[in-house]
Amino acid sequence: MTKKIKNLNLNFGPQHPAAHGVLRLILELDGEVVEKADPHIGLLHRGTEKLIENKTYMQAVPYFDRLDYVAPMNQEHAFALAIEKIMKIEVPHRAQFIRVMFCEIGRILSHILNVTTQALDVGALTPSLWGFEERETLMTFYERASGSRLHANYFRAGGVHQDLPAGLENDIAKFCESFPKVINDLENLLTDNRIFKQRNVDIGIVTKEDALDYSFSGVMIRGSGVAWDLRKSQPYDCYDQLEFKIPVGKNGDCYDRYLCRIEEMKESISLIKQCLAKMEKGPIKSFDGKISPPSKKEIKQSMEALIHHFKLFTEGYRVPKDEIYTAVEAPKGEFGVYLISDGSSKPYKCKIRAPGFSHLQSMDYLIKGHMLADVPAVLGSLDIVFGEVDR
Amino acid sequence: MKNLIDLEKKINSELTTKINKTEIRHDQIYVEIDKEDLIDVILFIKTNKDTKFRQLIDITVVDYPEQTQRFKIVYLFLSHEFNQRMILSYFINENEVISSITSIFPAANWMEREVFDMYGVNFKDHPDLRRILTDYGFEGHPLRKDFPLTGHSEVRYSENQKKVISEPVKLEQNYRNFDYESPWEGTKYIKDQTENNDKKN
Repeated sequence: MTKKIKNLNLNFGPQHPAAHGVLRLILELDGEVVEKADPHIGLLHRGTEKLIENKTYMQAVPYFDRLDYVAPMNQEHAFALAIEKIMKIEVPHRAQFIRVMFCEIGRILSHILNVTTQALDVGALTPSLWGFEERETLMTFYERASGSRLHANYFRAGGVHQDLPAGLENDIAKFCESFPKVINDLENLLTDNRIFKQRNVDIGIVTKEDALDYSFSGVMIRGSGVAWDLRKSQPYDCYDQLEFKIPVGKNGDCYDRYLCRIEEMKESISLIKQCLAKMEKGPIKSFDGKISPPSKKEIKQSMEALIHHFKLFTEGYRVPKDEIYTAVEAPKGEFGVYLISDGSSKPYKCKIRAPGFSHLQSMDYLIKGHMLADVPAVLGSLDIVFGEVDR
Repeated sequence: MKNLIDLEKKINSELTTKINKTEIRHDQIYVEIDKEDLIDVILFIKTNKDTKFRQLIDITVVDYPEQTQRFKIVYLFLSHEFNQRMILSYFINENEVISSITSIFPAANWMEREVFDMYGVNFKDHPDLRRILTDYGFEGHPLRKDFPLTGHSEVRYSENQKKVISEPVKLEQNYRNFDYESPWEGTKYIKDQTENNDKKN
Protein backbone atom coordinates (compact mmCIF):
# COMPACT_ATOMS: atom_id res chain seq x y z
CA MET A 1 0.00 0.00 0.00
CA THR A 2 1.35 3.42 -0.89
CA LYS A 3 0.74 6.42 1.25
CA LYS A 4 0.09 9.78 -0.36
CA ILE A 5 2.18 12.54 1.17
CA LYS A 6 1.01 16.10 0.64
CA ASN A 7 2.95 19.24 1.42
CA LEU A 8 1.47 21.40 4.11
CA ASN A 9 0.64 25.03 3.41
CA LEU A 10 1.13 27.31 6.35
CA ASN A 11 -0.04 30.89 6.65
CA PHE A 12 2.53 32.89 8.61
CA GLY A 13 1.04 36.26 9.56
CA PRO A 14 -0.29 38.89 8.71
CA GLN A 15 -0.60 39.26 12.48
CA HIS A 16 2.43 37.50 13.87
CA PRO A 17 4.91 39.11 16.28
CA ALA A 18 7.92 37.67 14.45
CA ALA A 19 6.72 38.98 11.08
CA HIS A 20 7.94 42.47 12.08
CA GLY A 21 4.80 44.13 10.84
CA VAL A 22 2.11 43.05 8.47
CA LEU A 23 3.64 40.32 6.37
CA ARG A 24 1.63 37.41 5.12
CA LEU A 25 4.03 34.62 4.33
CA ILE A 26 2.64 31.53 2.71
CA LEU A 27 4.97 28.63 3.42
CA GLU A 28 4.90 25.27 1.74
CA LEU A 29 6.23 22.74 4.21
CA ASP A 30 7.48 19.22 3.73
CA GLY A 31 7.45 18.03 7.29
CA GLU A 32 9.33 20.80 9.04
CA VAL A 33 11.40 21.79 6.02
CA VAL A 34 10.35 24.84 4.02
CA GLU A 35 9.95 24.06 0.31
CA LYS A 36 8.68 27.41 -0.87
CA ALA A 37 7.95 30.81 0.61
CA ASP A 38 5.60 33.30 -1.00
CA PRO A 39 5.49 36.64 0.82
CA HIS A 40 2.31 38.64 0.29
CA ILE A 41 3.05 42.29 0.91
CA GLY A 42 1.10 45.50 0.48
CA LEU A 43 -0.99 45.32 3.62
CA LEU A 44 0.52 48.63 4.69
CA HIS A 45 0.40 50.23 1.22
CA ARG A 46 -0.60 53.87 1.54
CA GLY A 47 0.16 55.15 -1.93
CA THR A 48 3.00 57.40 -0.79
CA GLU A 49 4.26 57.99 -4.32
CA LYS A 50 0.84 59.06 -5.55
CA LEU A 51 0.40 61.38 -2.57
CA ILE A 52 3.79 62.99 -3.15
CA GLU A 53 2.83 63.78 -6.75
CA ASN A 54 -0.04 65.84 -5.34
CA LYS A 55 1.94 67.78 -2.75
CA THR A 56 4.53 70.52 -2.96
CA TYR A 57 8.14 69.58 -2.35
CA MET A 58 8.03 70.88 1.21
CA GLN A 59 4.78 69.08 1.99
CA ALA A 60 6.24 65.81 0.69
CA VAL A 61 8.97 65.56 3.34
CA PRO A 62 6.80 64.12 6.16
CA TYR A 63 5.84 61.18 3.96
CA PHE A 64 9.46 60.07 4.06
CA ASP A 65 9.36 59.78 7.86
CA ARG A 66 6.58 57.28 7.49
CA LEU A 67 8.51 54.92 5.22
CA ASP A 68 11.15 53.36 7.43
CA TYR A 69 9.68 54.66 10.66
CA VAL A 70 12.54 53.41 12.85
CA ALA A 71 15.08 55.72 11.19
CA PRO A 72 13.02 58.60 9.81
CA MET A 73 15.62 61.24 9.01
CA ASN A 74 17.71 59.00 6.76
CA GLN A 75 14.87 58.93 4.26
CA GLU A 76 14.33 62.68 4.35
CA HIS A 77 18.01 63.01 3.56
CA ALA A 78 17.66 61.26 0.19
CA PHE A 79 14.78 63.51 -0.84
CA ALA A 80 16.54 66.70 0.29
CA LEU A 81 19.69 65.68 -1.62
CA ALA A 82 17.70 65.03 -4.79
CA ILE A 83 16.20 68.53 -4.76
CA GLU A 84 19.53 70.11 -3.85
CA LYS A 85 21.28 68.43 -6.76
CA ILE A 86 18.65 69.56 -9.26
CA MET A 87 18.54 73.14 -7.98
CA LYS A 88 22.29 73.26 -7.21
CA ILE A 89 21.75 74.51 -3.67
CA GLU A 90 24.74 74.93 -1.39
CA VAL A 91 24.18 73.48 2.05
CA PRO A 92 25.88 75.38 4.89
CA HIS A 93 28.64 73.63 6.78
CA ARG A 94 26.78 73.33 10.09
CA ALA A 95 23.64 72.00 8.43
CA GLN A 96 25.64 69.21 6.79
CA PHE A 97 27.05 68.09 10.11
CA ILE A 98 23.67 68.27 11.84
CA ARG A 99 22.15 66.15 9.10
CA VAL A 100 24.92 63.56 9.15
CA MET A 101 24.79 63.41 12.94
CA PHE A 102 21.06 62.74 12.95
CA CYS A 103 21.43 60.17 10.17
CA GLU A 104 23.91 58.30 12.35
CA ILE A 105 21.54 58.55 15.30
CA GLY A 106 18.92 57.06 12.97
CA ARG A 107 21.32 54.25 12.11
CA ILE A 108 21.77 53.42 15.78
CA LEU A 109 18.00 53.59 16.33
CA SER A 110 17.42 51.14 13.52
CA HIS A 111 20.22 48.76 14.42
CA ILE A 112 19.24 48.60 18.10
CA LEU A 113 15.72 47.70 17.08
CA ASN A 114 16.89 45.09 14.63
CA VAL A 115 19.53 43.42 16.78
CA THR A 116 17.33 43.23 19.85
CA THR A 117 14.17 42.06 18.09
CA GLN A 118 16.16 39.46 16.21
CA ALA A 119 17.35 38.20 19.59
CA LEU A 120 13.75 38.29 20.78
CA ASP A 121 12.67 36.19 17.80
CA VAL A 122 15.14 33.49 18.70
CA GLY A 123 14.28 33.53 22.37
CA ALA A 124 16.25 36.22 24.22
CA LEU A 125 14.07 38.75 25.97
CA THR A 126 16.54 40.90 27.90
CA PRO A 127 18.36 42.67 24.99
CA SER A 128 15.17 44.31 23.81
CA LEU A 129 14.46 45.68 27.26
CA TRP A 130 17.96 47.17 27.48
CA GLY A 131 18.05 48.37 23.91
CA PHE A 132 14.70 50.11 23.94
CA GLU A 133 15.76 52.25 26.88
CA GLU A 134 18.57 53.65 24.71
CA ARG A 135 16.23 54.12 21.77
CA GLU A 136 14.02 56.23 24.00
CA THR A 137 17.00 58.47 24.85
CA LEU A 138 17.82 58.85 21.16
CA MET A 139 14.25 59.68 20.33
CA THR A 140 14.26 62.48 22.89
CA PHE A 141 17.18 63.93 20.90
CA TYR A 142 14.97 63.77 17.83
CA GLU A 143 12.20 65.44 19.78
CA ARG A 144 14.39 68.24 21.06
CA ALA A 145 15.68 69.05 17.57
CA SER A 146 12.52 68.63 15.54
CA GLY A 147 9.63 68.57 18.01
CA SER A 148 8.69 64.99 17.35
CA ARG A 149 9.99 61.62 18.50
CA LEU A 150 9.34 59.79 15.27
CA HIS A 151 7.87 61.87 12.47
CA ALA A 152 10.59 64.45 12.47
CA ASN A 153 10.02 66.49 9.27
CA TYR A 154 13.34 68.13 10.00
CA PHE A 155 15.47 68.10 6.82
CA ARG A 156 14.84 70.70 4.16
CA ALA A 157 16.32 71.24 0.75
CA GLY A 158 19.21 73.53 1.63
CA GLY A 159 19.67 72.55 5.27
CA VAL A 160 17.52 71.73 8.24
CA HIS A 161 14.39 73.33 9.64
CA GLN A 162 15.87 74.93 12.76
CA ASP A 163 19.07 75.03 14.77
CA LEU A 164 19.72 72.64 17.64
CA PRO A 165 18.37 73.86 20.99
CA ALA A 166 20.84 74.85 23.71
CA GLY A 167 22.38 71.93 25.55
CA LEU A 168 21.48 69.25 23.03
CA GLU A 169 25.03 68.90 21.72
CA ASN A 170 26.30 68.29 25.26
CA ASP A 171 23.67 65.67 25.94
CA ILE A 172 24.44 63.83 22.70
CA ALA A 173 28.13 63.89 23.65
CA LYS A 174 27.24 62.39 27.04
CA PHE A 175 25.23 59.69 25.32
CA CYS A 176 28.26 58.84 23.15
CA GLU A 177 30.21 58.19 26.33
CA SER A 178 27.61 55.95 27.96
CA PHE A 179 26.32 54.03 24.95
CA PRO A 180 29.41 51.86 24.18
CA LYS A 181 28.87 50.19 27.55
CA VAL A 182 25.35 49.22 26.50
CA ILE A 183 26.66 47.75 23.24
CA ASN A 184 29.13 45.77 25.34
CA ASP A 185 26.34 44.50 27.55
CA LEU A 186 24.33 43.45 24.51
CA GLU A 187 27.36 41.69 23.10
CA ASN A 188 27.97 39.90 26.39
CA LEU A 189 24.45 38.58 26.21
CA LEU A 190 24.44 37.58 22.56
CA THR A 191 27.74 37.32 20.71
CA ASP A 192 29.02 34.18 22.41
CA ASN A 193 25.66 32.94 23.54
CA ARG A 194 25.32 29.27 22.64
CA ILE A 195 21.60 29.41 21.86
CA PHE A 196 21.89 32.60 19.83
CA LYS A 197 24.72 31.12 17.78
CA GLN A 198 22.90 27.85 17.22
CA ARG A 199 19.96 29.78 15.83
CA ASN A 200 21.96 32.13 13.60
CA VAL A 201 25.28 30.67 12.47
CA ASP A 202 25.05 29.15 8.98
CA ILE A 203 21.41 30.18 8.62
CA GLY A 204 20.31 32.14 5.58
CA ILE A 205 23.67 32.18 3.81
CA VAL A 206 23.99 34.64 0.92
CA THR A 207 26.86 34.29 -1.53
CA LYS A 208 28.53 37.32 -3.09
CA GLU A 209 27.10 36.60 -6.52
CA ASP A 210 23.56 36.14 -5.27
CA ALA A 211 23.78 39.27 -3.16
CA LEU A 212 24.51 41.20 -6.35
CA ASP A 213 21.85 39.44 -8.41
CA TYR A 214 19.14 40.01 -5.84
CA SER A 215 19.95 43.74 -5.56
CA PHE A 216 21.00 43.50 -1.95
CA SER A 217 22.51 46.54 -0.30
CA GLY A 218 23.60 47.73 3.11
CA VAL A 219 24.32 45.13 5.76
CA MET A 220 22.85 42.39 3.55
CA ILE A 221 25.62 42.81 0.99
CA ARG A 222 28.38 43.68 3.48
CA GLY A 223 27.59 40.57 5.51
CA SER A 224 28.48 38.57 2.40
CA GLY A 225 31.89 40.18 2.11
CA VAL A 226 31.29 42.96 -0.41
CA ALA A 227 32.78 46.15 0.99
CA TRP A 228 30.24 48.54 -0.45
CA ASP A 229 28.97 51.56 1.42
CA LEU A 230 27.53 54.62 -0.29
CA ARG A 231 28.84 56.83 2.48
CA LYS A 232 32.36 55.91 1.30
CA SER A 233 31.93 55.22 -2.40
CA GLN A 234 29.59 58.08 -3.31
CA PRO A 235 29.95 60.42 -0.33
CA TYR A 236 27.20 62.94 0.24
CA ASP A 237 27.10 65.94 2.57
CA CYS A 238 30.17 65.86 4.83
CA TYR A 239 30.88 62.13 4.90
CA ASP A 240 34.12 62.67 2.97
CA GLN A 241 35.46 64.75 5.88
CA LEU A 242 34.81 62.04 8.44
CA GLU A 243 36.73 58.90 9.20
CA PHE A 244 35.03 55.59 9.63
CA LYS A 245 35.50 51.92 8.84
CA ILE A 246 33.16 49.60 7.01
CA PRO A 247 32.60 46.33 8.84
CA VAL A 248 32.41 43.40 6.42
CA GLY A 249 31.18 39.87 7.10
CA LYS A 250 32.80 36.64 5.97
CA ASN A 251 30.17 33.93 5.67
CA GLY A 252 27.06 35.92 4.76
CA ASP A 253 24.88 34.22 7.34
CA CYS A 254 22.50 35.72 9.90
CA TYR A 255 25.22 35.77 12.55
CA ASP A 256 27.63 37.79 10.39
CA ARG A 257 24.92 40.30 9.65
CA TYR A 258 24.31 40.63 13.38
CA LEU A 259 28.04 41.25 13.95
CA CYS A 260 28.10 43.86 11.16
CA ARG A 261 25.25 45.74 12.78
CA ILE A 262 26.95 45.75 16.17
CA GLU A 263 30.17 47.07 14.61
CA GLU A 264 28.28 49.68 12.61
CA MET A 265 26.75 51.02 15.80
CA LYS A 266 30.24 51.52 17.22
CA GLU A 267 31.30 53.32 14.02
CA SER A 268 28.20 55.50 14.22
CA ILE A 269 29.11 56.58 17.73
CA SER A 270 32.54 57.61 16.48
CA LEU A 271 30.93 59.49 13.56
CA ILE A 272 28.61 61.37 15.91
CA LYS A 273 31.59 62.35 18.06
CA GLN A 274 33.48 63.62 15.01
CA CYS A 275 30.43 65.61 13.89
CA LEU A 276 30.12 67.21 17.32
CA ALA A 277 33.81 68.09 17.30
CA LYS A 278 33.79 69.60 13.80
CA MET A 279 30.47 71.38 14.04
CA GLU A 280 30.88 75.15 14.15
CA LYS A 281 28.35 77.82 14.85
CA GLY A 282 26.79 79.18 11.69
CA PRO A 283 23.75 79.18 9.43
CA ILE A 284 21.69 76.00 9.27
CA LYS A 285 19.87 76.56 6.00
CA SER A 286 20.46 78.09 2.62
CA PHE A 287 20.27 81.88 2.46
CA ASP A 288 18.27 81.81 -0.76
CA GLY A 289 14.93 83.36 0.16
CA LYS A 290 13.27 81.52 -2.73
CA ILE A 291 13.94 78.18 -1.01
CA SER A 292 14.34 78.72 2.74
CA PRO A 293 11.56 80.44 4.64
CA PRO A 294 12.56 83.64 6.48
CA SER A 295 12.66 83.92 10.26
CA LYS A 296 9.71 85.32 12.18
CA LYS A 297 11.76 88.40 13.01
CA GLU A 298 12.46 89.14 9.38
CA ILE A 299 8.81 88.76 8.41
CA LYS A 300 7.90 91.52 10.85
CA GLN A 301 10.43 93.91 9.36
CA SER A 302 10.78 93.18 5.69
CA MET A 303 8.11 93.23 3.01
CA GLU A 304 10.21 90.96 0.78
CA ALA A 305 10.53 88.36 3.53
CA LEU A 306 6.77 88.43 4.01
CA ILE A 307 6.18 87.82 0.31
CA HIS A 308 8.72 84.99 0.31
CA HIS A 309 7.03 83.43 3.31
CA PHE A 310 3.62 83.65 1.70
CA LYS A 311 4.78 82.20 -1.61
CA LEU A 312 6.75 79.38 0.03
CA PHE A 313 3.86 78.18 2.16
CA THR A 314 1.17 78.45 -0.49
CA GLU A 315 2.72 77.63 -3.82
CA GLY A 316 6.07 76.29 -2.62
CA TYR A 317 9.31 76.60 -4.56
CA ARG A 318 9.50 75.56 -8.17
CA VAL A 319 12.05 72.98 -9.23
CA PRO A 320 13.38 73.19 -12.81
CA LYS A 321 12.64 70.37 -15.23
CA ASP A 322 15.02 67.51 -14.59
CA GLU A 323 15.36 63.83 -13.84
CA ILE A 324 17.62 62.45 -11.14
CA TYR A 325 18.33 59.41 -9.00
CA THR A 326 19.96 59.98 -5.63
CA ALA A 327 20.66 57.35 -3.04
CA VAL A 328 21.80 57.38 0.54
CA GLU A 329 23.11 54.62 2.75
CA ALA A 330 20.11 54.15 5.03
CA PRO A 331 20.50 51.71 7.94
CA LYS A 332 18.79 49.00 5.92
CA GLY A 333 20.66 49.56 2.68
CA GLU A 334 20.50 51.77 -0.37
CA PHE A 335 17.51 54.05 -0.08
CA GLY A 336 16.98 55.99 -3.29
CA VAL A 337 14.70 58.63 -4.72
CA TYR A 338 14.12 58.81 -8.46
CA LEU A 339 12.68 62.26 -8.92
CA ILE A 340 11.24 63.83 -12.06
CA SER A 341 10.44 67.52 -11.81
CA ASP A 342 8.52 69.41 -14.48
CA GLY A 343 9.20 73.01 -13.49
CA SER A 344 6.17 73.31 -11.22
CA SER A 345 6.11 73.23 -7.44
CA LYS A 346 5.06 69.60 -7.28
CA PRO A 347 7.09 66.54 -8.31
CA TYR A 348 5.89 64.96 -11.56
CA LYS A 349 7.04 61.60 -10.33
CA CYS A 350 8.82 60.42 -7.22
CA LYS A 351 9.76 56.76 -7.20
CA ILE A 352 11.06 55.52 -3.88
CA ARG A 353 13.59 52.71 -3.93
CA ALA A 354 13.33 50.91 -0.62
CA PRO A 355 16.07 48.45 0.33
CA GLY A 356 13.67 46.17 2.21
CA PHE A 357 11.66 45.53 -0.95
CA SER A 358 14.47 43.68 -2.70
CA HIS A 359 15.58 42.00 0.51
CA LEU A 360 12.17 40.55 1.23
CA GLN A 361 11.87 39.44 -2.37
CA SER A 362 14.71 36.98 -1.82
CA MET A 363 12.86 35.29 1.06
CA ASP A 364 12.09 32.26 -1.11
CA TYR A 365 15.75 31.88 -2.10
CA LEU A 366 17.00 32.35 1.48
CA ILE A 367 14.63 30.04 3.29
CA LYS A 368 14.38 27.14 0.87
CA GLY A 369 15.57 23.96 2.62
CA HIS A 370 15.66 25.54 6.08
CA MET A 371 13.46 24.52 8.98
CA LEU A 372 10.28 26.36 9.90
CA ALA A 373 11.94 27.62 13.09
CA ASP A 374 14.57 29.41 10.99
CA VAL A 375 11.98 31.60 9.28
CA PRO A 376 11.86 34.21 12.09
CA ALA A 377 15.67 34.20 12.35
CA VAL A 378 16.13 34.89 8.63
CA LEU A 379 13.30 37.39 8.56
CA GLY A 380 14.82 39.15 11.55
CA SER A 381 18.24 39.41 9.94
CA LEU A 382 16.76 40.85 6.71
CA ASP A 383 15.79 43.92 8.76
CA ILE A 384 12.34 44.39 7.30
CA VAL A 385 10.19 47.39 8.11
CA PHE A 386 6.87 47.41 6.34
CA GLY A 387 6.58 51.15 6.14
CA GLU A 388 9.22 51.15 3.42
CA VAL A 389 8.50 47.79 1.79
CA ASP A 390 4.85 48.65 1.12
CA ARG A 391 5.22 52.43 0.75
CA MET B 1 35.35 52.13 -17.64
CA LYS B 2 37.17 54.48 -15.34
CA ASN B 3 35.09 57.56 -16.08
CA LEU B 4 31.69 58.29 -17.52
CA ILE B 5 32.94 59.89 -20.73
CA ASP B 6 34.86 56.73 -21.65
CA LEU B 7 31.81 54.69 -20.72
CA GLU B 8 29.62 56.80 -22.98
CA LYS B 9 32.07 56.30 -25.87
CA LYS B 10 32.31 52.59 -25.20
CA ILE B 11 28.55 52.09 -25.16
CA ASN B 12 28.08 54.16 -28.28
CA SER B 13 30.80 52.36 -30.21
CA GLU B 14 29.87 48.82 -29.13
CA LEU B 15 26.13 49.09 -29.37
CA THR B 16 26.00 51.76 -32.12
CA THR B 17 22.56 51.26 -33.67
CA LYS B 18 20.89 50.09 -30.49
CA ILE B 19 21.48 53.36 -28.67
CA ASN B 20 19.25 56.32 -29.47
CA LYS B 21 20.74 58.88 -27.15
CA THR B 22 23.25 59.13 -24.33
CA GLU B 23 23.80 61.97 -21.93
CA ILE B 24 25.87 62.57 -18.79
CA ARG B 25 24.21 64.60 -16.05
CA HIS B 26 24.52 64.65 -12.26
CA ASP B 27 27.37 62.08 -12.43
CA GLN B 28 25.04 59.56 -14.01
CA ILE B 29 24.69 58.33 -17.55
CA TYR B 30 21.25 58.49 -19.15
CA VAL B 31 20.76 56.09 -22.04
CA GLU B 32 17.75 55.90 -24.32
CA ILE B 33 17.12 52.75 -26.37
CA ASP B 34 14.35 51.04 -28.33
CA LYS B 35 12.02 48.52 -26.78
CA GLU B 36 13.26 45.70 -29.04
CA ASP B 37 16.91 46.05 -28.00
CA LEU B 38 16.28 45.80 -24.27
CA ILE B 39 17.58 42.28 -23.69
CA ASP B 40 20.69 42.76 -25.85
CA VAL B 41 21.65 46.02 -24.20
CA ILE B 42 21.09 44.73 -20.68
CA LEU B 43 23.06 41.55 -21.32
CA PHE B 44 25.90 43.66 -22.70
CA ILE B 45 26.10 46.11 -19.82
CA LYS B 46 25.82 43.34 -17.25
CA THR B 47 28.49 41.03 -18.65
CA ASN B 48 30.99 43.27 -20.45
CA LYS B 49 34.16 43.66 -18.44
CA ASP B 50 34.33 47.41 -19.03
CA THR B 51 30.80 48.16 -17.85
CA LYS B 52 29.86 45.54 -15.25
CA PHE B 53 26.53 46.95 -14.21
CA ARG B 54 25.95 43.98 -11.95
CA GLN B 55 23.13 45.39 -9.89
CA LEU B 56 19.62 46.31 -10.94
CA ILE B 57 18.53 48.99 -8.52
CA ASP B 58 14.97 49.54 -9.62
CA ILE B 59 12.47 49.46 -12.45
CA THR B 60 9.82 52.11 -12.75
CA VAL B 61 7.50 53.81 -15.21
CA VAL B 62 6.68 57.43 -15.90
CA ASP B 63 3.20 58.14 -17.21
CA TYR B 64 2.70 60.88 -19.83
CA PRO B 65 -1.00 60.54 -20.72
CA GLU B 66 -0.90 63.29 -23.38
CA GLN B 67 1.81 61.56 -25.46
CA THR B 68 1.09 58.88 -28.04
CA GLN B 69 3.87 56.77 -26.55
CA ARG B 70 2.42 57.00 -23.12
CA PHE B 71 4.78 55.14 -20.80
CA LYS B 72 8.47 55.66 -20.25
CA ILE B 73 10.01 52.53 -18.76
CA VAL B 74 13.06 53.28 -16.63
CA TYR B 75 15.74 50.88 -15.39
CA LEU B 76 18.31 51.97 -12.84
CA PHE B 77 21.64 50.14 -12.75
CA LEU B 78 24.64 50.29 -10.49
CA SER B 79 28.18 49.12 -11.13
CA HIS B 80 30.10 48.41 -7.93
CA GLU B 81 33.30 47.85 -9.85
CA PHE B 82 33.45 51.29 -11.42
CA ASN B 83 31.17 53.09 -8.98
CA GLN B 84 28.81 54.30 -11.71
CA ARG B 85 25.09 54.59 -12.16
CA MET B 86 23.12 54.21 -15.38
CA ILE B 87 19.55 55.21 -16.12
CA LEU B 88 18.19 53.26 -19.08
CA SER B 89 14.85 54.18 -20.60
CA TYR B 90 12.52 53.67 -23.53
CA PHE B 91 8.99 54.64 -24.50
CA ILE B 92 6.08 52.31 -25.22
CA ASN B 93 2.43 52.65 -26.18
CA GLU B 94 -0.31 51.97 -23.71
CA ASN B 95 -1.10 48.36 -24.60
CA GLU B 96 2.34 47.16 -25.59
CA VAL B 97 3.84 44.10 -23.93
CA ILE B 98 7.52 44.29 -22.98
CA SER B 99 10.09 41.62 -22.25
CA SER B 100 10.77 40.62 -18.70
CA ILE B 101 14.38 40.65 -17.53
CA THR B 102 13.87 38.24 -14.63
CA SER B 103 16.11 35.67 -16.31
CA ILE B 104 19.01 38.15 -16.29
CA PHE B 105 18.35 39.82 -12.94
CA PRO B 106 16.29 37.74 -10.48
CA ALA B 107 15.66 40.94 -8.54
CA ALA B 108 13.49 42.19 -11.41
CA ASN B 109 10.71 39.81 -10.39
CA TRP B 110 9.00 41.97 -7.80
CA MET B 111 9.97 45.21 -9.49
CA GLU B 112 8.13 44.15 -12.64
CA ARG B 113 5.19 42.98 -10.57
CA GLU B 114 5.06 46.42 -9.00
CA VAL B 115 5.15 48.10 -12.40
CA PHE B 116 2.36 45.81 -13.57
CA ASP B 117 0.33 46.59 -10.47
CA MET B 118 0.84 50.35 -10.46
CA TYR B 119 0.77 51.09 -14.20
CA GLY B 120 -0.76 48.05 -15.87
CA VAL B 121 2.23 47.40 -18.12
CA ASN B 122 2.41 43.74 -19.15
CA PHE B 123 5.56 41.65 -19.22
CA LYS B 124 6.31 38.76 -21.52
CA ASP B 125 7.93 35.64 -19.96
CA HIS B 126 7.51 36.81 -16.39
CA PRO B 127 7.27 33.73 -14.12
CA ASP B 128 4.62 35.07 -11.77
CA LEU B 129 2.91 38.28 -12.87
CA ARG B 130 0.45 39.10 -10.07
CA ARG B 131 -0.50 42.27 -8.29
CA ILE B 132 1.81 42.98 -5.40
CA LEU B 133 1.09 46.13 -3.41
CA THR B 134 -2.64 46.66 -3.85
CA ASP B 135 -5.40 44.71 -2.13
CA TYR B 136 -6.68 41.32 -3.31
CA GLY B 137 -9.28 41.99 -6.00
CA PHE B 138 -8.22 45.61 -6.57
CA GLU B 139 -9.17 47.19 -9.89
CA GLY B 140 -7.30 49.89 -11.79
CA HIS B 141 -3.70 51.05 -11.77
CA PRO B 142 -3.15 53.65 -9.06
CA LEU B 143 -0.04 55.46 -10.26
CA ARG B 144 -1.46 56.30 -13.68
CA LYS B 145 -2.06 60.02 -13.92
CA ASP B 146 -5.74 59.53 -14.74
CA PHE B 147 -6.38 57.50 -11.57
CA PRO B 148 -7.95 59.82 -8.96
CA LEU B 149 -6.03 60.46 -5.76
CA THR B 150 -9.02 59.43 -3.69
CA GLY B 151 -9.40 56.11 -5.51
CA HIS B 152 -12.70 54.61 -6.58
CA SER B 153 -13.80 52.61 -3.59
CA GLU B 154 -13.36 52.70 0.17
CA VAL B 155 -13.70 49.96 2.75
CA ARG B 156 -15.37 50.06 6.15
CA TYR B 157 -16.70 47.65 8.71
CA SER B 158 -20.46 47.27 8.44
CA GLU B 159 -22.19 46.66 11.76
CA ASN B 160 -25.28 45.30 9.98
CA GLN B 161 -23.52 42.75 7.81
CA LYS B 162 -20.83 42.04 10.43
CA LYS B 163 -18.04 42.19 7.87
CA VAL B 164 -15.76 44.61 6.03
CA ILE B 165 -17.51 45.96 2.95
CA SER B 166 -16.27 48.00 0.00
CA GLU B 167 -18.31 50.86 -1.43
CA PRO B 168 -17.77 53.82 -3.79
CA VAL B 169 -15.83 56.74 -2.32
CA LYS B 170 -17.97 59.41 -0.67
CA LEU B 171 -16.10 62.56 0.30
CA GLU B 172 -17.34 64.34 3.41
CA GLN B 173 -15.10 67.29 2.68
CA ASN B 174 -13.54 68.44 -0.53
CA TYR B 175 -9.89 67.79 -1.26
CA ARG B 176 -8.63 71.20 -2.27
CA ASN B 177 -6.07 71.14 -4.99
CA PHE B 178 -5.19 74.76 -5.67
CA ASP B 179 -3.80 75.67 -9.04
CA TYR B 180 -1.20 78.30 -8.23
CA GLU B 181 -0.25 78.86 -11.85
CA SER B 182 -3.54 80.66 -12.61
CA PRO B 183 -5.16 81.74 -9.37
CA TRP B 184 -8.08 83.50 -11.11
CA GLU B 185 -9.81 80.45 -12.48
CA GLY B 186 -10.38 78.98 -9.06
CA THR B 187 -10.03 75.43 -7.86
CA LYS B 188 -11.27 72.20 -9.32
CA TYR B 189 -13.24 70.45 -6.63
CA ILE B 190 -13.04 66.68 -6.81
CA LYS B 191 -16.22 66.14 -4.79
CA ASP B 192 -18.38 68.11 -7.24
CA GLN B 193 -16.89 66.21 -10.14
CA THR B 194 -17.61 62.80 -8.66
CA GLU B 195 -21.13 63.84 -7.71
CA ASN B 196 -21.78 65.12 -11.24
CA ASN B 197 -20.52 61.82 -12.60
CA ASP B 198 -22.92 59.99 -10.32
CA LYS B 199 -25.82 62.10 -11.62
CA LYS B 200 -24.86 61.35 -15.21
CA ASN B 201 -24.81 57.67 -14.45
